[in-house]
Formats: sequence, structure tokens, C-alpha cells
Amino acid sequence: MIPPAFEYLRPKTVPEAVALLQQHGDDAKILSGGQSLIPMMKLRLARPSHLIDINRISGLAYIKEDGGFLKIGGLTREAELEGSDVVRAKYPLLLDTATVIADPQVRNLATVGGNLAHGDPANDHPATMLALGVQIVATGAKGARVIAIDDFFVSLFTTSLQHDEILTEIRIPSPPPRSGGAYVKLERKVGDFATAAVAVQLTLDDKGAVQKAGIGLTNVGATPIRAKSAEDALRGKKLDAATIGQAAQLAADAAQPGSDLRGPAEYKKGLIKELTKRALTRAAERAGK
Amino acid sequence: MAKKELIKLKINGKEREAAAEPRLLLVHFIREALGLTGTHVGCDTSNCGACTVIMNGKTVKSCTVFAVQADGAEVMTVEGLLQNGALHPLQEGFKEEHGLQCGFCTPGMLMSTYALLQKNPQPSEEQIRWGISGNLCRCTGYQNIVKAVQFASKKMAQGGK
Repeated sequence: MIPPAFEYLRPKTVPEAVALLQQHGDDAKILSGGQSLIPMMKLRLARPSHLIDINRISGLAYIKEDGGFLKIGGLTREAELEGSDVVRAKYPLLLDTATVIADPQVRNLATVGGNLAHGDPANDHPATMLALGVQIVATGAKGARVIAIDDFFVSLFTTSLQHDEILTEIRIPSPPPRSGGAYVKLERKVGDFATAAVAVQLTLDDKGAVQKAGIGLTNVGATPIRAKSAEDALRGKKLDAATIGQAAQLAADAAQPGSDLRGPAEYKKGLIKELTKRALTRAAERAGK
Repeated sequence: MAKKELIKLKINGKEREAAAEPRLLLVHFIREALGLTGTHVGCDTSNCGACTVIMNGKTVKSCTVFAVQADGAEVMTVEGLLQNGALHPLQEGFKEEHGLQCGFCTPGMLMSTYALLQKNPQPSEEQIRWGISGNLCRCTGYQNIVKAVQFASKKMAQGGK
């Protein structure tokens, strides 16, 4: 399958890329890893008139701790998360997620920024980033602005990025001591989108009670979903079976899955309940270490 | 029709160039413009991994990369494994351990497992299985592919390449 014809543009800097977006309007698309966009173009689900390839822009791929954040450049490949020492040491939720996205070849090209900017609720990093409470840096003609992740996902395949903005950085708040996270995904086979998945990030206090909880849900709605009521129910409590069970039920209540080839809606709600239990348990174990 | 771009790359150690429309996928460029037909088009939907090649040291699915993105890159295809007429230990392993039946997935399997052994010369069985998790085989049940990689890993440790 050969995609429809397009004009190919290869800017060297972010301002050049932004200028090209402004010049070519709504039919221009950014080509990052291309692992979602190219399949969509082959199927004629996307028909951009211009592709703006940002892969040759230097300085957009990095993972660094700076000013209380882990900063991830928008062009950072998923495979780079897997290989990063700081991610391995301090961000188990990110590591869990990076190892279950698609397959090794796709992760070599797919970018963290693209995984978010695509706005697909079936992607894995949106739920992760909701649980981590990250900030998104969007760069446009007037410079950079910061978008809270809670304001980022608008509707199916739509984010709050403006047409002439590029997602240039993700800022993850550095976790305090006694923090841990986990991502638990059920997929029919390696490389598939999640039937459902749950991301949990926890911080415990010195008595082992939950100080802070973030819970994100994958592929059970038109957008990735943050299970706020489940988070609230955990605050100040120790993670015994009753508390975990209650939060898991609230997370399942927050899910709005449709029935499709991956299963009926009721099954997916049940799945969210069970996966939330497992993710909370694993995150708590990691936070306690 | 969009104008053609001149694409220059180094493939299996040789400098090659050809013009292509930007929408041409790397796999078609390799097979049709460069005449290297070892790389297969399988599912054409980024699932099966038959089209796997190594671009700048990393495995990619060449059905999901535009040829123009490989401009200036170093690419390795299955044809690059043969050195001075001698089979690479991985190729020998696939032959000795019956790592293929129909052979359609084999070029991609060889590229994925070559990259795996470059990064991790002594992988565990589990690491081998994760290493080929982006490559589908409908014949072997994977068991003999795992054995083939173990064969190559041992042979390379003994001083084969």
C-alpha cells in the first residue's frame, strides 16, 4: 500500500518547522517516528498534503533530570526510555510502559512525543502521563507554552496542541521518596493495542499511607481517562485489600469503553477493575522499597 | 505527482543512489530501485516484521519508513550477512536447526536476531523471544528459531563472526 502523494519538507530547526506549519495550513502534518501516521496514510485515514519531517532537527531527543523534573525531548524514541539508567532507576511506570508499546522495531522509531500528540486513547503513554501528572511543552510561533496533561487530551485524535505548535518536551515531576508506579496492560498478543490497561503512580507517607495517587486508563473511552474519584478514595489510606478493592471499583466506574473486536464493554470494565488492583499492588510494592 | 527526491544511502557497505517520490516506502525502494529482493513485503501493515532492515544500527520495519527518510543513512539488509561467500553464523544456525520452513519471515528474523546479538551476544531464551517479538512466523512455532539464535550465539562466542 503506497500512501497518497505529498510534498516532503525537512526543516533543520523548530522555528523553521513551525513556519512551515503556518505556511501550509491544516493539511500539513509533522512526521516524527511515523509509526502511527504512516499506517494511517497507507489506509487513507490521513491524507496530509505536506509532511514536515522533524527527524533531522537536533536537540529534540534527550532524557535529563533538571529543575525538579525529568525532561524528555519530544523526539525521544520509545527504545531510548528502555535503555535509560535514570528511567530504570526512578521511573518504573515509564519503563513498564515503554516495554509494552508495540514491538522492538516500532519502538526504535516511535517517539514519546508522537505517542501523546497523536491523541489516540489506545496509545499507552497518555494514561502513563496522566498518572504522573506531567506538563507538556508546546512550541509555536510565539515561543513555548506549558500545558497541564489534564488539559491536553480533548477528544478522539484531538489534543489541545494548536495547528502550528510542536510538542517539544514532556516534563515529569521528580517523584518524592517512597514513590512507585506500575503499568499493567492486557493485550491479545505482543504488539497489539491494549484491550485495556491501567497506569498507577503512588507516593506513600512515612507510615505507609497514600499521600498522592495518580491513575490513568488506556483504551476505555474517546480520550485517555484519569480516574480521579479512585485517586481521591486512596488519599490518606493504607493500601489494604478493602481500600484497593474500592479504588479498583471506582476506576472501573470511570471507564467508558465501547464494545468492539477486543471484547464487550462490560468485560472491559471488569478488566479495568482487576488491572487497577494489580497496578496498585505492584506500585505499592515498588514505593515501599 | 510530487517531484522525485534523490536518495543516497549506504546499503550493505555500498554507496547507492536513486530518485524516488517521497511517498515511496523504504521496502519498495530497496527491492525495486536498488534490486535487493531479500527483504520481503509481508503484511504491509507494520505487524509481521518480514520487511525488517537495520537502519543506522537499529531494526526498523521498512514498510513503515519512507525511503526519503533513509537519505544519508546506513542500511543493512539480509544480503549484507554473507561475508566473502560464507554464511553468517545466524544463517548457519537457521539452516542447522531448521529455523525456517517456508522462509518468508526469515530475512526479517535474521535482521532482528542480528541486531539482538550485536547488542547482547549471549541472550537468554526469554531475551531471544522478546527480541523477535516484532517478527511473526506461521511455520516453525518459533522453537527452532530460538535454537538457531542459540546456535549462532555459541558459534560467535567461539570466534566465528
